[in-house]
Amino acid sequence: MTRRYSAFSLFKEGLAGQTGWEPAWRSPSPRKSYDAIIIGGGGHGLATAYYLAKTHGVTNVAVLEKGWIGGGNTGRNTTVVRSNYYYPESVALYGLAHRLYEGLGQDLNYNVMLSQRGMISLCHSAIEMEIAARTVNAMQISGIDAELYSVDDVRRVAPIYNFSAQARYPVFGGVWQGRAGTARHDAVAWGYARAASGLGVDIIQNCEVTDFIIADGRCRGVVTTRGEMRAERIGMAVAGHSSVLAAKAGFHLPINSYALQACVSEPVKPILDTVVLSPGTGVYVSQSDKGEMVIGGALDRIPSYGQRGNLPTLEGVISGLLEMFPAFGQLKLMRQWAGIVDVVPDSSPIIGESPLPGLFLNCGWGTGGFKAIPAGGTLLAHLLATGKHNDISRPFDLDRFVTGRLIDEAAGSGIAH
Amino acid sequence: MQIFTCPFCGPRDESEFHFGGEAGNTRPDGADVPAERWARYLYMRANPKGATSEVWVHMTCGEFFIMERDSVGHKVAASHPLGGAEKSE
Repeated sequence: MTRRYSAFSLFKEGLAGQTGWEPAWRSPSPRKSYDAIIIGGGGHGLATAYYLAKTHGVTNVAVLEKGWIGGGNTGRNTTVVRSNYYYPESVALYGLAHRLYEGLGQDLNYNVMLSQRGMISLCHSAIEMEIAARTVNAMQISGIDAELYSVDDVRRVAPIYNFSAQARYPVFGGVWQGRAGTARHDAVAWGYARAASGLGVDIIQNCEVTDFIIADGRCRGVVTTRGEMRAERIGMAVAGHSSVLAAKAGFHLPINSYALQACVSEPVKPILDTVVLSPGTGVYVSQSDKGEMVIGGALDRIPSYGQRGNLPTLEGVISGLLEMFPAFGQLKLMRQWAGIVDVVPDSSPIIGESPLPGLFLNCGWGTGGFKAIPAGGTLLAHLLATGKHNDISRPFDLDRFVTGRLIDEAAGSGIAH
Repeated sequence: MQIFTCPFCGPRDESEFHFGGEAGNTRPDGADVPAERWARYLYMRANPKGATSEVWVHMTCGEFFIMERDSVGHKVAASHPLGGAEKSE
Protein backbone atom coordinates (compact mmCIF):
# COMPACT_ATOMS: atom_id res chain seq x y z
CA MET A 1 0.00 0.00 0.00
CA THR A 2 1.21 3.50 -0.79
CA ARG A 3 1.00 5.93 2.10
CA ARG A 4 3.38 8.75 1.37
CA TYR A 5 2.67 11.15 -1.47
CA SER A 6 5.69 11.99 -3.63
CA ALA A 7 6.68 12.21 -7.29
CA PHE A 8 8.16 8.73 -6.91
CA SER A 9 4.97 7.21 -5.42
CA LEU A 10 2.92 8.84 -8.19
CA PHE A 11 5.24 7.31 -10.79
CA LYS A 12 5.19 3.90 -9.06
CA GLU A 13 1.39 3.88 -8.81
CA GLY A 14 1.15 5.00 -12.41
CA LEU A 15 3.08 1.90 -13.44
CA ALA A 16 0.94 -0.27 -11.12
CA GLY A 17 -2.36 1.02 -12.52
CA GLN A 18 -3.17 3.22 -9.44
CA THR A 19 -4.19 0.13 -7.44
CA GLY A 20 -2.03 0.62 -4.35
CA TRP A 21 -3.37 3.90 -2.91
CA GLU A 22 -4.92 3.56 0.51
CA PRO A 23 -7.80 5.75 1.71
CA ALA A 24 -6.54 9.12 2.95
CA TRP A 25 -8.01 8.52 6.41
CA ARG A 26 -9.52 5.58 8.28
CA SER A 27 -13.22 5.47 9.23
CA PRO A 28 -13.18 3.52 12.52
CA SER A 29 -16.15 2.74 14.76
CA PRO A 30 -16.29 4.99 17.81
CA ARG A 31 -14.80 3.65 21.06
CA LYS A 32 -16.32 4.10 24.54
CA SER A 33 -13.56 6.35 25.82
CA TYR A 34 -10.70 8.53 24.61
CA ASP A 35 -7.99 10.68 26.19
CA ALA A 36 -9.47 13.65 24.35
CA ILE A 37 -12.52 14.28 22.20
CA ILE A 38 -12.77 17.10 19.70
CA ILE A 39 -16.22 18.19 18.55
CA GLY A 40 -16.24 19.51 15.01
CA GLY A 41 -14.43 18.04 12.01
CA GLY A 42 -13.65 21.30 10.25
CA GLY A 43 -10.20 22.73 9.79
CA HIS A 44 -9.80 23.84 13.43
CA GLY A 45 -10.98 20.50 14.89
CA LEU A 46 -8.86 18.39 12.56
CA ALA A 47 -5.82 20.61 13.10
CA THR A 48 -6.33 20.30 16.87
CA ALA A 49 -6.28 16.50 16.58
CA TYR A 50 -3.17 16.59 14.40
CA TYR A 51 -1.17 18.83 16.77
CA LEU A 52 -2.37 16.86 19.82
CA ALA A 53 -0.91 13.74 18.25
CA LYS A 54 2.17 15.28 16.68
CA THR A 55 3.26 17.89 19.22
CA HIS A 56 1.94 16.39 22.45
CA GLY A 57 1.96 12.66 21.66
CA VAL A 58 -1.72 12.29 22.60
CA THR A 59 -3.04 9.90 19.95
CA ASN A 60 -6.05 8.32 21.69
CA VAL A 61 -8.23 11.07 20.26
CA ALA A 62 -11.56 11.23 18.45
CA VAL A 63 -12.80 13.98 16.13
CA LEU A 64 -16.61 13.95 15.99
CA GLU A 65 -18.25 15.54 12.94
CA LYS A 66 -22.03 15.73 12.56
CA GLY A 67 -21.84 15.83 8.76
CA TRP A 68 -18.76 15.25 6.63
CA ILE A 69 -15.34 16.69 7.42
CA GLY A 70 -14.70 20.14 6.01
CA GLY A 71 -18.38 20.48 5.05
CA GLY A 72 -19.07 23.52 7.21
CA ASN A 73 -17.27 26.84 7.03
CA THR A 74 -13.97 25.18 6.01
CA GLY A 75 -15.59 24.22 2.71
CA ARG A 76 -17.54 27.47 2.37
CA ASN A 77 -14.97 30.22 2.87
CA THR A 78 -13.12 32.21 0.23
CA THR A 79 -9.71 30.62 1.03
CA VAL A 80 -7.77 33.80 1.79
CA VAL A 81 -4.72 33.44 4.07
CA ARG A 82 -3.33 36.67 5.58
CA SER A 83 -2.12 38.17 8.86
CA ASN A 84 -2.66 41.91 8.42
CA TYR A 85 -4.00 42.67 11.90
CA TYR A 86 -3.35 45.61 14.18
CA TYR A 87 -2.97 44.61 17.84
CA PRO A 88 0.16 42.71 19.01
CA GLU A 89 -2.03 39.90 20.44
CA SER A 90 -3.68 39.40 17.06
CA VAL A 91 -0.38 39.61 15.20
CA ALA A 92 1.05 36.85 17.43
CA LEU A 93 -2.00 34.68 16.76
CA TYR A 94 -2.48 35.19 13.02
CA GLY A 95 1.28 35.42 12.46
CA LEU A 96 1.65 31.93 13.95
CA ALA A 97 -1.07 30.65 11.62
CA HIS A 98 0.51 32.32 8.61
CA ARG A 99 3.96 30.84 9.33
CA LEU A 100 2.50 27.37 9.84
CA TYR A 101 0.57 27.68 6.56
CA GLU A 102 3.86 28.38 4.77
CA GLY A 103 5.22 24.99 5.79
CA LEU A 104 1.93 23.10 5.90
CA GLY A 105 2.22 21.24 2.60
CA GLN A 106 5.55 19.71 3.66
CA ASP A 107 4.44 19.18 7.25
CA LEU A 108 1.30 17.26 6.27
CA ASN A 109 2.75 15.65 3.12
CA TYR A 110 -0.36 17.03 1.42
CA ASN A 111 -0.45 19.84 -1.12
CA VAL A 112 -2.64 22.59 0.34
CA MET A 113 -1.92 24.67 -2.78
CA LEU A 114 -0.82 27.73 -0.84
CA SER A 115 -0.41 30.53 -3.37
CA GLN A 116 1.23 33.63 -1.84
CA ARG A 117 0.03 35.99 -4.51
CA GLY A 118 -0.30 38.99 -2.20
CA MET A 119 -3.27 40.99 -1.05
CA ILE A 120 -4.08 44.66 -1.47
CA SER A 121 -6.50 46.38 0.92
CA LEU A 122 -7.44 49.58 -0.87
CA CYS A 123 -7.77 53.14 0.41
CA HIS A 124 -10.38 55.39 -1.14
CA SER A 125 -9.38 58.77 0.36
CA ALA A 126 -6.38 60.72 1.64
CA ILE A 127 -7.59 60.19 5.21
CA GLU A 128 -7.75 56.42 4.72
CA MET A 129 -4.14 56.59 3.49
CA GLU A 130 -3.11 58.08 6.85
CA ILE A 131 -4.89 55.27 8.69
CA ALA A 132 -3.23 52.79 6.33
CA ALA A 133 0.21 54.24 7.13
CA ARG A 134 -0.54 53.72 10.84
CA THR A 135 -1.66 50.14 10.18
CA VAL A 136 1.46 49.39 8.12
CA ASN A 137 3.69 50.85 10.83
CA ALA A 138 1.96 48.77 13.52
CA MET A 139 2.33 45.61 11.48
CA GLN A 140 6.00 46.25 10.70
CA ILE A 141 6.78 46.96 14.37
CA SER A 142 5.12 43.62 15.21
CA GLY A 143 7.29 41.88 12.64
CA ILE A 144 4.59 41.22 10.04
CA ASP A 145 5.28 42.12 6.42
CA ALA A 146 3.29 45.06 5.13
CA GLU A 147 3.89 47.86 2.66
CA LEU A 148 2.10 51.12 1.99
CA TYR A 149 1.24 51.14 -1.72
CA SER A 150 0.71 54.24 -3.83
CA VAL A 151 -1.94 54.38 -6.52
CA ASP A 152 0.76 53.52 -9.10
CA ASP A 153 1.70 50.43 -7.10
CA VAL A 154 -1.97 49.39 -7.04
CA ARG A 155 -2.16 49.90 -10.82
CA ARG A 156 0.79 47.55 -11.19
CA VAL A 157 -0.74 44.68 -9.12
CA ALA A 158 -4.40 45.13 -10.15
CA PRO A 159 -4.45 46.85 -13.55
CA ILE A 160 -8.05 45.87 -14.32
CA TYR A 161 -9.41 47.76 -11.28
CA ASN A 162 -11.71 50.72 -12.02
CA PHE A 163 -9.27 53.67 -12.01
CA SER A 164 -11.58 55.93 -14.02
CA ALA A 165 -12.16 59.54 -12.93
CA GLN A 166 -15.86 58.73 -12.40
CA ALA A 167 -15.18 55.81 -10.01
CA ARG A 168 -17.46 55.91 -6.97
CA TYR A 169 -14.56 54.68 -4.80
CA PRO A 170 -11.36 56.15 -6.29
CA VAL A 171 -8.07 54.49 -5.33
CA PHE A 172 -5.51 56.50 -3.37
CA GLY A 173 -3.27 53.53 -2.54
CA GLY A 174 -3.52 50.65 -0.12
CA VAL A 175 -1.95 48.21 2.34
CA TRP A 176 -0.05 45.44 0.60
CA GLN A 177 0.81 42.15 2.26
CA GLY A 178 2.98 40.15 -0.12
CA ARG A 179 2.91 36.92 1.88
CA ALA A 180 -0.89 36.83 1.86
CA GLY A 181 -2.67 34.68 -0.66
CA THR A 182 -4.97 31.73 -0.97
CA ALA A 183 -4.90 28.02 -0.09
CA ARG A 184 -7.11 25.17 -1.22
CA HIS A 185 -9.69 24.94 1.57
CA ASP A 186 -10.70 21.29 1.09
CA ALA A 187 -7.05 20.28 0.96
CA VAL A 188 -6.43 21.90 4.34
CA ALA A 189 -9.21 19.80 5.92
CA TRP A 190 -8.26 16.63 4.07
CA GLY A 191 -4.52 17.10 4.71
CA TYR A 192 -5.01 17.52 8.45
CA ALA A 193 -7.46 14.58 8.51
CA ARG A 194 -5.06 12.31 6.66
CA ALA A 195 -2.07 13.28 8.82
CA ALA A 196 -4.05 12.98 12.07
CA SER A 197 -5.51 9.62 11.06
CA GLY A 198 -2.01 8.42 10.20
CA LEU A 199 -0.94 9.24 13.77
CA GLY A 200 -3.82 7.20 15.23
CA VAL A 201 -6.64 9.75 15.61
CA ASP A 202 -10.19 8.41 15.02
CA ILE A 203 -12.15 10.62 12.62
CA ILE A 204 -15.83 9.82 13.07
CA GLN A 205 -18.23 11.40 10.58
CA ASN A 206 -22.05 11.52 10.70
CA CYS A 207 -21.78 11.65 14.49
CA GLU A 208 -23.62 14.57 16.08
CA VAL A 209 -23.09 15.53 19.72
CA THR A 210 -26.54 15.81 21.31
CA ASP A 211 -25.54 16.34 24.95
CA PHE A 212 -22.69 16.46 27.44
CA ILE A 213 -22.03 14.00 30.26
CA ILE A 214 -21.52 16.16 33.34
CA ALA A 215 -20.50 14.72 36.73
CA ASP A 216 -19.14 16.50 39.83
CA GLY A 217 -19.24 19.81 37.95
CA ARG A 218 -16.92 18.60 35.20
CA CYS A 219 -17.48 17.61 31.60
CA ARG A 220 -16.77 13.87 31.42
CA GLY A 221 -17.93 12.96 27.94
CA VAL A 222 -20.49 13.41 25.20
CA VAL A 223 -23.73 11.78 24.11
CA THR A 224 -23.81 11.38 20.35
CA THR A 225 -26.03 9.93 17.65
CA ARG A 226 -23.55 7.02 17.63
CA GLY A 227 -23.52 6.41 21.38
CA GLU A 228 -21.83 7.79 24.49
CA MET A 229 -18.11 8.53 24.58
CA ARG A 230 -16.07 9.54 27.59
CA ALA A 231 -13.00 11.74 27.89
CA GLU A 232 -11.55 13.95 30.61
CA ARG A 233 -10.70 16.69 28.11
CA ILE A 234 -13.11 17.79 25.43
CA GLY A 235 -12.59 20.54 22.89
CA MET A 236 -15.19 22.14 20.68
CA ALA A 237 -14.49 23.89 17.37
CA VAL A 238 -17.94 24.27 15.86
CA ALA A 239 -17.96 27.91 14.68
CA GLY A 240 -21.50 29.21 14.12
CA HIS A 241 -23.03 26.43 16.21
CA SER A 242 -20.97 27.16 19.35
CA SER A 243 -23.96 28.72 21.15
CA VAL A 244 -26.06 25.60 20.50
CA LEU A 245 -23.50 23.35 22.22
CA ALA A 246 -22.87 25.93 24.94
CA ALA A 247 -26.58 25.85 25.80
CA LYS A 248 -26.37 22.06 26.26
CA ALA A 249 -23.35 22.57 28.54
CA GLY A 250 -25.24 25.20 30.54
CA PHE A 251 -23.58 28.50 29.67
CA HIS A 252 -23.88 31.39 27.22
CA LEU A 253 -21.23 32.78 24.88
CA PRO A 254 -20.75 36.36 23.58
CA ILE A 255 -21.67 35.19 20.09
CA ASN A 256 -24.30 36.03 17.50
CA SER A 257 -24.53 33.69 14.51
CA TYR A 258 -24.91 35.22 11.08
CA ALA A 259 -24.86 33.93 7.51
CA LEU A 260 -21.84 34.98 5.48
CA GLN A 261 -22.28 34.58 1.76
CA ALA A 262 -19.80 33.91 -0.99
CA CYS A 263 -20.12 33.19 -4.68
CA VAL A 264 -18.01 32.23 -7.68
CA SER A 265 -18.21 33.21 -11.33
CA GLU A 266 -17.72 30.95 -14.30
CA PRO A 267 -14.02 30.16 -14.87
CA VAL A 268 -12.08 32.45 -17.20
CA LYS A 269 -8.43 32.78 -18.23
CA PRO A 270 -6.04 34.43 -15.72
CA ILE A 271 -6.95 38.09 -15.27
CA LEU A 272 -6.41 38.81 -11.56
CA ASP A 273 -3.31 37.40 -9.84
CA THR A 274 -3.75 38.92 -6.38
CA VAL A 275 -6.43 39.32 -3.69
CA VAL A 276 -8.18 42.71 -3.82
CA LEU A 277 -10.23 44.11 -0.94
CA SER A 278 -12.15 47.37 -1.18
CA PRO A 279 -13.38 48.70 2.18
CA GLY A 280 -15.59 51.14 0.25
CA THR A 281 -17.66 48.46 -1.42
CA GLY A 282 -17.05 45.90 1.34
CA VAL A 283 -16.13 43.36 -1.34
CA TYR A 284 -13.03 41.27 -1.90
CA VAL A 285 -12.18 39.00 -4.79
CA SER A 286 -9.50 36.63 -5.99
CA GLN A 287 -9.22 34.25 -8.93
CA SER A 288 -9.08 30.56 -8.14
CA ASP A 289 -6.63 28.20 -9.82
CA LYS A 290 -9.58 26.95 -11.88
CA GLY A 291 -10.18 30.50 -13.12
CA GLU A 292 -13.34 31.33 -11.19
CA MET A 293 -13.65 34.71 -9.49
CA VAL A 294 -14.14 33.95 -5.80
CA ILE A 295 -16.22 36.78 -4.35
CA GLY A 296 -16.98 37.64 -0.75
CA GLY A 297 -18.50 40.56 1.07
CA ALA A 298 -20.19 41.63 4.27
CA LEU A 299 -22.33 39.60 6.64
CA ASP A 300 -26.05 39.25 6.18
CA ARG A 301 -27.67 41.64 8.67
CA ILE A 302 -30.13 39.12 10.10
CA PRO A 303 -29.00 36.65 12.80
CA SER A 304 -29.31 33.25 11.17
CA TYR A 305 -28.52 29.54 11.21
CA GLY A 306 -29.79 29.12 7.62
CA GLN A 307 -26.87 28.31 5.30
CA ARG A 308 -28.33 30.24 2.37
CA GLY A 309 -28.03 34.00 2.75
CA ASN A 310 -30.54 36.62 1.66
CA LEU A 311 -30.68 38.46 -1.66
CA PRO A 312 -30.18 42.11 -0.57
CA THR A 313 -26.67 41.31 0.71
CA LEU A 314 -25.79 39.37 -2.45
CA GLU A 315 -27.03 42.26 -4.58
CA GLY A 316 -24.86 44.68 -2.60
CA VAL A 317 -21.81 42.45 -3.04
CA ILE A 318 -22.29 42.04 -6.78
CA SER A 319 -22.91 45.74 -7.39
CA GLY A 320 -19.78 46.49 -5.34
CA LEU A 321 -17.79 44.01 -7.43
CA LEU A 322 -18.94 45.62 -10.68
CA GLU A 323 -17.98 49.05 -9.35
CA MET A 324 -14.47 47.67 -8.63
CA PHE A 325 -14.13 45.67 -11.85
CA PRO A 326 -16.62 46.82 -14.54
CA ALA A 327 -15.22 44.14 -16.90
CA PHE A 328 -16.65 41.43 -14.62
CA GLY A 329 -20.15 42.49 -15.74
CA GLN A 330 -19.69 40.01 -18.57
CA LEU A 331 -19.25 37.07 -16.19
CA LYS A 332 -22.00 34.70 -15.14
CA LEU A 333 -22.30 33.60 -11.52
CA MET A 334 -21.87 29.85 -11.13
CA ARG A 335 -22.67 29.25 -7.47
CA GLN A 336 -23.71 31.11 -4.33
CA TRP A 337 -23.78 29.75 -0.79
CA ALA A 338 -23.43 30.79 2.86
CA GLY A 339 -21.76 29.58 6.03
CA ILE A 340 -22.85 30.33 9.58
CA VAL A 341 -20.21 32.42 11.32
CA ASP A 342 -19.77 33.11 15.04
CA VAL A 343 -19.53 36.87 15.46
CA VAL A 344 -18.04 38.22 18.71
CA PRO A 345 -18.35 41.87 19.84
CA ASP A 346 -14.59 42.55 19.57
CA SER A 347 -14.10 40.53 16.37
CA SER A 348 -11.47 38.34 18.02
CA PRO A 349 -11.67 34.60 18.71
CA ILE A 350 -12.39 32.86 22.01
CA ILE A 351 -9.80 30.27 23.02
CA GLY A 352 -9.72 28.77 26.50
CA GLU A 353 -11.50 26.62 29.06
CA SER A 354 -15.25 27.09 29.12
CA PRO A 355 -17.32 27.80 32.26
CA LEU A 356 -17.82 24.00 32.37
CA PRO A 357 -14.43 22.58 33.51
CA GLY A 358 -13.03 19.97 31.15
CA LEU A 359 -14.68 21.57 28.11
CA PHE A 360 -12.41 23.84 26.05
CA LEU A 361 -13.43 26.44 23.46
CA ASN A 362 -12.09 27.37 20.05
CA CYS A 363 -14.69 29.68 18.51
CA GLY A 364 -15.59 33.25 17.69
CA TRP A 365 -13.45 33.48 14.55
CA GLY A 366 -16.35 35.17 12.79
CA THR A 367 -15.67 35.68 9.11
CA GLY A 368 -11.94 34.94 9.44
CA GLY A 369 -11.48 31.39 10.68
CA PHE A 370 -9.86 29.76 7.66
CA LYS A 371 -6.66 31.78 7.77
CA ALA A 372 -6.26 30.89 11.46
CA ILE A 373 -6.70 27.10 11.25
CA PRO A 374 -3.09 26.08 12.04
CA ALA A 375 -2.98 28.45 15.04
CA GLY A 376 -6.45 27.51 16.31
CA GLY A 377 -5.42 23.86 16.16
CA THR A 378 -2.06 24.45 17.85
CA LEU A 379 -3.58 26.44 20.71
CA LEU A 380 -6.58 24.19 21.39
CA ALA A 381 -4.23 21.18 21.30
CA HIS A 382 -2.00 22.90 23.87
CA LEU A 383 -5.02 23.53 26.12
CA LEU A 384 -6.27 19.95 25.80
CA ALA A 385 -2.83 18.45 26.43
CA THR A 386 -1.73 20.67 29.32
CA GLY A 387 -4.97 22.17 30.65
CA LYS A 388 -3.20 25.55 30.51
CA HIS A 389 -3.01 28.51 28.17
CA ASN A 390 -0.20 29.11 25.75
CA ASP A 391 1.08 32.73 25.91
CA ILE A 392 -0.49 33.36 22.52
CA SER A 393 -3.94 32.09 23.50
CA ARG A 394 -4.09 33.72 26.97
CA PRO A 395 -5.39 37.15 25.80
CA PHE A 396 -8.21 35.43 23.90
CA ASP A 397 -9.74 33.72 26.96
CA LEU A 398 -13.46 34.15 27.61
CA ASP A 399 -12.59 36.13 30.77
CA ARG A 400 -11.80 39.22 28.68
CA PHE A 401 -15.52 39.97 28.53
CA VAL A 402 -15.59 40.30 32.32
CA THR A 403 -12.28 42.13 32.74
CA GLY A 404 -13.04 44.43 29.79
CA ARG A 405 -9.68 43.72 28.17
CA LEU A 406 -11.15 43.33 24.67
CA ILE A 407 -9.05 43.01 21.52
CA ASP A 408 -11.13 45.10 19.18
CA GLU A 409 -9.91 44.27 15.68
CA ALA A 410 -13.01 45.82 14.10
CA ALA A 411 -11.61 49.12 15.30
CA GLY A 412 -7.94 48.10 15.01
CA SER A 413 -7.70 46.74 11.48
CA GLY A 414 -11.12 47.62 10.11
CA ILE A 415 -12.19 44.04 9.55
CA ALA A 416 -15.86 43.42 9.02
CA HIS A 417 -16.46 40.47 11.34
CA MET B 1 -36.05 40.39 -0.33
CA GLN B 2 -37.87 39.22 2.77
CA ILE B 3 -40.80 41.23 4.08
CA PHE B 4 -40.88 42.08 7.80
CA THR B 5 -43.88 43.64 9.49
CA CYS B 6 -43.44 46.80 11.52
CA PRO B 7 -46.27 46.96 14.10
CA PHE B 8 -46.65 50.64 13.26
CA CYS B 9 -46.07 50.80 9.47
CA GLY B 10 -47.08 47.34 8.25
CA PRO B 11 -45.14 45.07 5.84
CA ARG B 12 -41.83 46.54 4.59
CA ASP B 13 -38.57 45.34 2.98
CA GLU B 14 -36.08 43.64 5.32
CA SER B 15 -33.43 46.23 4.40
CA GLU B 16 -35.43 48.87 6.31
CA PHE B 17 -34.91 46.99 9.58
CA HIS B 18 -31.99 46.63 11.95
CA PHE B 19 -31.41 43.89 14.54
CA GLY B 20 -31.32 45.32 18.06
CA GLY B 21 -30.58 42.32 20.27
CA GLU B 22 -32.35 39.55 22.12
CA ALA B 23 -35.63 40.41 23.84
CA GLY B 24 -35.74 40.33 27.63
CA ASN B 25 -32.10 41.37 28.17
CA THR B 26 -32.64 43.92 30.93
CA ARG B 27 -30.01 46.38 32.08
CA PRO B 28 -28.78 45.74 35.63
CA ASP B 29 -29.61 48.49 38.07
CA GLY B 30 -27.74 49.88 41.05
CA ALA B 31 -24.24 50.92 42.05
CA ASP B 32 -22.87 47.53 43.15
CA VAL B 33 -23.49 45.41 40.05
CA PRO B 34 -20.63 42.87 39.76
CA ALA B 35 -18.50 42.71 36.61
CA GLU B 36 -19.87 39.24 35.78
CA ARG B 37 -23.41 40.62 35.67
CA TRP B 38 -22.36 43.49 33.41
CA ALA B 39 -20.61 41.00 31.12
CA ARG B 40 -23.80 38.93 30.96
CA TYR B 41 -25.87 41.97 30.06
CA LEU B 42 -23.42 43.45 27.57
CA TYR B 43 -22.05 40.38 25.81
CA MET B 44 -23.51 36.98 26.69
CA ARG B 45 -26.25 35.77 24.35
CA ALA B 46 -28.52 32.74 24.05
CA ASN B 47 -28.19 32.98 20.25
CA PRO B 48 -30.86 30.30 19.81
CA LYS B 49 -31.19 28.04 16.78
CA GLY B 50 -34.89 27.92 15.99
CA ALA B 51 -37.56 30.08 17.64
CA THR B 52 -36.27 33.50 18.69
CA SER B 53 -37.69 36.62 20.27
CA GLU B 54 -35.73 39.72 19.28
CA VAL B 55 -35.79 43.49 19.46
CA TRP B 56 -35.70 45.12 16.01
CA VAL B 57 -35.83 48.72 14.92
CA HIS B 58 -37.67 49.90 11.83
CA MET B 59 -35.15 52.50 10.74
CA THR B 60 -37.52 54.50 8.57
CA CYS B 61 -39.98 55.21 11.41
CA GLY B 62 -37.53 54.79 14.28
CA GLU B 63 -39.72 52.47 16.34
CA PHE B 64 -38.34 49.57 18.33
CA PHE B 65 -40.48 46.44 18.51
CA ILE B 66 -40.38 42.70 19.22
CA MET B 67 -40.21 40.20 16.38
CA GLU B 68 -40.75 36.49 16.93
CA ARG B 69 -39.14 34.47 14.17
CA ASP B 70 -37.28 31.29 13.30
CA SER B 71 -33.51 31.70 12.99
CA VAL B 72 -33.16 28.74 10.60
CA GLY B 73 -36.06 29.13 8.15
CA HIS B 74 -36.46 32.90 8.78
CA LYS B 75 -40.26 32.57 8.99
CA VAL B 76 -41.71 35.43 11.05
CA ALA B 77 -44.34 34.32 13.57
CA ALA B 78 -45.37 37.69 14.97
CA SER B 79 -44.27 41.26 15.58
CA HIS B 80 -45.60 43.46 18.32
CA PRO B 81 -44.78 46.77 20.02
CA LEU B 82 -42.48 46.73 23.04
CA GLY B 83 -44.78 46.10 25.98
CA GLY B 84 -47.82 46.34 23.73
CA ALA B 85 -50.50 44.03 22.35
CA GLU B 86 -49.44 41.32 19.92
CA LYS B 87 -50.04 41.84 16.22
CA SER B 88 -49.86 38.67 14.18
CA GLU B 89 -48.72 38.58 10.56
